[in-house]
Amino acid sequence: MAADGHGHSPIEQFEIKELLPINIFGVDASLTNSGAFMLVALGIIFSFLYFSTGGRNLVPTRMQSVSELIYEFVANTVRENVGTKGMHFFPFVFSIFIFVLVLNLLGMIPIPGITFTVTSHIAVTAALALLVIGIVIAYGVYKHGLGFFGIFVPSGVPAALLPLLVPIEIISFISRPISLSVRLFANMLAGHIALKIFAGFVGLLLGAGFWSILAPLPLALTVALTALELLVAVLQAYVFAVLTCIYLNDAVHGSH
Amino acid sequence: MAETSHTEGAGSTHDVHAADVHTSTGAHGGGHDVGFPPFNVDTFAPQLVWLALTFTALYVLMSKLVLPRIGEVIDERRERIQRDLDTAERLKSDTDKALADYEKALGDARANAGAIARETREKLDANVAERQRAVDEEINGRLAEAETRIQDMRSKALASVDEIATDVASAVVKQLIDTDVAAADIQSALKS
Repeated sequence: MAADGHGHSPIEQFEIKELLPINIFGVDASLTNSGAFMLVALGIIFSFLYFSTGGRNLVPTRMQSVSELIYEFVANTVRENVGTKGMHFFPFVFSIFIFVLVLNLLGMIPIPGITFTVTSHIAVTAALALLVIGIVIAYGVYKHGLGFFGIFVPSGVPAALLPLLVPIEIISFISRPISLSVRLFANMLAGHIALKIFAGFVGLLLGAGFWSILAPLPLALTVALTALELLVAVLQAYVFAVLTCIYLNDAVHGSH
Repeated sequence: MAETSHTEGAGSTHDVHAADVHTSTGAHGGGHDVGFPPFNVDTFAPQLVWLALTFTALYVLMSKLVLPRIGEVIDERRERIQRDLDTAERLKSDTDKALADYEKALGDARANAGAIARETREKLDANVAERQRAVDEEINGRLAEAETRIQDMRSKALASVDEIATDVASAVVKQLIDTDVAAADIQSALKS
């Protein structure tokens, strides 16, 4: 990818490219490569899950097993972290998990000039994190009224310590969407930059005469990093889903 | 899109090290107009619009169509397995019950057989004892009868012995001394 002289910059892969300019009431709603990848992810997720389960087989086919595996995995995650009362959030957590997972994995397919990782943009991860926190607050207030804000008051603590602890709890609550979004964004960004840099070394060394004998070293490292990045792609999707569940737990069960 | 071309220019004219440095400076100075794509505020709106569109579509499709479908299949399978397990359980308990019945019948039959055998043996024993007693009585009767007859015969024989002795004695005396001795004398002599 780097050897063809196309895009040596490791951050070129994060560029948003406009594909179809659209403007709705002064809002720039152009279809970009980011939007296109989201559409592709949506298409892949829906068609895979829908058509693999088309047979509704009692003894599942291989593809149906994969769909059921993902379903049960997410369902168990929600059940363990939020409890059965939180199962009506299952479609939401499932959507978040599968969306982030497929977007992460799509970014791992190396197509020169096209590959793009939607989740390597803070705007997207922050929007998802704010959506999660927004739902937590909205549902918490709907369910427990103002008592929901009791999550800021730790139980079993001397009253004298409360002026110190309540602000800490509030700060930790506010830092949740920040850590949630930055974690995913930074993981994707750093991984892809590292991959690109080491892949770039391969091209550079190949063009360096005698030193081209060293070229396999960064190549091997790139292969290893690719494996690591695949792991990170899946892991970060899971982490995002689990943290979503843990935050939803506060909303469902109130103060701890 | 000015910053985009700036990035491309940097990438194509510098080597990777330069681009690396550029990345870090871009990240540090990022936020507004510098060429670090994730911090380019101009691209936020189209990303968010399409995120909202696709995520909403995804959520609706998942919650209304896909997840109920998968859940249904899984539930159906779980029910089917549960049903099969229940059937197996029921059949097993039926088998156990039949086996227990059989064992019980076998035990009863064994006990009956024992009782019948004991009864028969007792009856036979009683019969045998009865017959033995009857035979013993008959034997005893005959023995007593035989004994009285023997007694008779013996006393009769003893009586005739005296007579014969008297006769023999008188005959002997007559031959020896040619004298008739009174039978009474002989008898008293014999008895002494």
